[in-house]
Amino acid sequence: MQQIVNFIIRYRDFLFYIFLLSISLALTIGSHSYHQSKYFNSANWISGSVYNASNTIDTYFDLDGKNQKLLEENLRLRQVLYNLRESDSVQIDSVQLQYTISTAHIIKNSYASNRNYLTIDKGVKDGIQVDMGVISHRGIIGIVESTSNRYATVQSILNERSNINAKLLHTNHFGSLVWNGQSYDEVQLVDIPKLAPLTIGDTIVTGGMSSIFPENVPIGVVKTYDFDTSQSFYTIVVDLFNDMTDLNAVYIVQNKDREEIIELEAKTEENAQ
Amino acid sequence: MPNNIYFVLTARFVILVLGQVLIFNKLNFFGFINPFIYIMWLYWYPVKQNRPILLLTSFLLGFTIDLFSDTLALHAAALTTAAYFRPAIMRFVFGVSYEFQNFRLGNATRAQQMTFLALLILLHHGVYFTLEVFSLTNVLLIFKKVMSIGIATLILSTLLASLFSTENNEEISLIIDYHHCWDCLFG
Repeated sequence: MQQIVNFIIRYRDFLFYIFLLSISLALTIGSHSYHQSKYFNSANWISGSVYNASNTIDTYFDLDGKNQKLLEENLRLRQVLYNLRESDSVQIDSVQLQYTISTAHIIKNSYASNRNYLTIDKGVKDGIQVDMGVISHRGIIGIVESTSNRYATVQSILNERSNINAKLLHTNHFGSLVWNGQSYDEVQLVDIPKLAPLTIGDTIVTGGMSSIFPENVPIGVVKTYDFDTSQSFYTIVVDLFNDMTDLNAVYIVQNKDREEIIELEAKTEENAQ
Repeated sequence: MPNNIYFVLTARFVILVLGQVLIFNKLNFFGFINPFIYIMWLYWYPVKQNRPILLLTSFLLGFTIDLFSDTLALHAAALTTAAYFRPAIMRFVFGVSYEFQNFRLGNATRAQQMTFLALLILLHHGVYFTLEVFSLTNVLLIFKKVMSIGIATLILSTLLASLFSTENNEEISLIIDYHHCWDCLFG
C-alpha cells in the first residue's frame, strides 16, 4: 500500500498529464462518426455571444457588399417572377408547402481545417433543429449539427465527414458529395456511374434522395473528372458556386416531411430483416 | 503579491483566448495558415511553476479555444502535452542554469529564447495536426501543416515575445534587480 502511495506521489505530474490527455483524447476520438460533440461546441452561450458581438462589428464594415449580394439575388428572383406566365393561377397554400425557410447569419466561419464547422445566430428558440439544411443565395453550405437555445453549429460542406446526395442537373444520375480537405473552393462528387453523360462545365445540384435539402439547389460546376480505382465510377472535382470564405446571410431549410420519410425508411428496413 | 500574479495570469488567459479566436483564427493566410499564438501561454508562464497547476491551466486554455473553434479537444490535448514537456525542453535549451533561483527568460540569449519557442511550437503543432488529420496516409499533409503553420506561429510569437516582455511577472528576479541597481547607485 505504502508503495502504491509512493508511486502515485512520485509520478503525480505524469499521472495527472495522462489523466488530462485521456480526457482530451476521449472527447476527440470517442465522438460519434457523424455527429461530433453534442455538448462541447461553439453553439454554447459564451462563445455564441462573443462571436455575435464580434460579428456585429464585422458586418457593419461590409454593408455595401451585403447590399450588392441582396440586389444580385433579387435580380435573379425577379427575372424568374416576371417570366412566370401563369403566376396568378398558381395558388400557394402555406399548409401544403413541404419546405419552410428561415434566415440566419453566420457569426463564425471556418475553412482552413479538415473539419470545418460554422456557427449561426439562431437556435432552438427560433425553431432550428438538428439536420436542417443551410443554403445561401448561391448554393448549399451545410447541415445543422447541434443547437443550443440561441445558437447552432453547422457542419460545412468543407468537412471530411460531410456526405451529401448530389446529382447532375439534367440527368438523374446521383452520387455523394464529399470533401478531401485540400482546397476551400472545390469539393468532390463520387459514385456517379461511368455511363452518365458528363462534360466539363456541367452543373451539379442537390439530389432528391436527401431528406434535408430540396432537390435542385445549386452546388457548383464540373471542373475536372477522373475515374475511381474500379474504373466504373466518376470522381468529379466540383468548383463551388459559393465563396465559402465570405459567408454571412444564410437560409435554413426545414423539410416538414423529413420525420415521415425517416420513419418510413426505418420501417422498410425493419421489414426487410 | 500573489494576487497580482493571479490577476496577470487570468487577464492573459482571457486575452489569449480572445486574440486567438477573434483575430488569429480568421487570418487564413494562403487559405489555411492560422497561427496558434496561444502557445505564448507556455512561454510567458512563470518559470518556477507548480506543475499540476500549469498542466491544468493549459488544459483549460486549450479546451476553451476548442469550444470556440469546434475542434473537439484537439487544442487541449496539444497544449497539455506541450505543457507537460515544458520543463524538459527548458532543461534542454537553457541547461542547468534554469534550475537556479534567479533564472529568467529575459536573461537568456535570443537564440535560446527562439529555440525554446520553436521546440514548444513543434511539439504542440505536431500533436495537434496528427490528431486533426489522424490517418497515416496523410503524413505529408501533417508535415506540410506543421511546417507552414509552425513557421507562421514562430514568427508571430517571436514578435509578441519581444513586444510584451515578461520582466514584470517574475517578482523575485525583479527584487534582485532592484538590489543590484541600488548597489550600482549607492554602493
